Amino acid sequence: MILMQVQPPPDNTAYMIAGFAIIFGVMIIYVTSLIVRNRSLMRDLELLEELEDQDR
Amino acid sequence: MEPKPRILTILDGVTLILLAVATWMVLFYAPTEATMGPVQRVFYFHVAAGWVGMLSFLAAAVAGIIYLSTKSRNWDTVSLAAVEVGVVFIFITIISGSIWARPIWNTWWTWDPRLTTATVMQLIYLAYLMLRQGIEDPDRRARFGAVYTILGFVSVPLTFFSARLLRTIHPIVIATGDPSGEGTFNMTPPMLQAFMFSLLTFSFIFITLFWHRIRLGKLSDRIEQLKLMTIN
Repeated sequence: MILMQVQPPPDNTAYMIAGFAIIFGVMIIYVTSLIVRNRSLMRDLELLEELEDQDR
Repeated sequence: MEPKPRILTILDGVTLILLAVATWMVLFYAPTEATMGPVQRVFYFHVAAGWVGMLSFLAAAVAGIIYLSTKSRNWDTVSLAAVEVGVVFIFITIISGSIWARPIWNTWWTWDPRLTTATVMQLIYLAYLMLRQGIEDPDRRARFGAVYTILGFVSVPLTFFSARLLRTIHPIVIATGDPSGEGTFNMTPPMLQAFMFSLLTFSFIFITLFWHRIRLGKLSDRIEQLKLMTIN
């Protein structure tokens, strides 16, 4: 009779968490950077439009 | 500045819902792989991020070709947006792959052909972003950018096929029966469903971020024009 020894999968949950932390962390940082850059550009645009109006 | 299109707002919502569902599928629906354990779940988003990165670089090259034939600077804005999104997602691919490799290959990094070509590809596009900064004239910058993204795209198929054509320990899970890679596994139907759903989700993430980044680029161009008008 052949006995098969079934081993449980290794516990590397910490690596899985680290992997997902990187994936979500980088995406959140990128989305935040898009929002911050957009706000900053909108402020610049308002300022430039004000200057343009003053010149007229 | 054009107001945000309604369809983009809807797309933002749909993408977030898809990401939540994909995360649930990857963490709870797909079974734990027998030999690799929980870390194998990183694979679903690792490959999907790689797909988005390569798709972005393809979009950048196509925009580059269109720029060279039309000379419309809008296409340079599109190309830059695509490269930026691509660099972010290839970074995710490389780092998540390295975290997966530690328990599976027993090392964070090895100069395997797939890892090396992916790193070279990333460096090529990082150099694109840096070199652009050094060119003042917008037309010259756009011309340079277009030629660079077309030539740089050579690195994309090289990276994709490196694991198939060269001796590598990187697993090839899609469309191959080659068991030689360290960490190769056969996908069960729930695994395949989670994988396909992750690819779909990341494609939506790509479209959403790409669109937002193009809008940001157009806003930046408008400000650059206004600054020039104010100075003159």
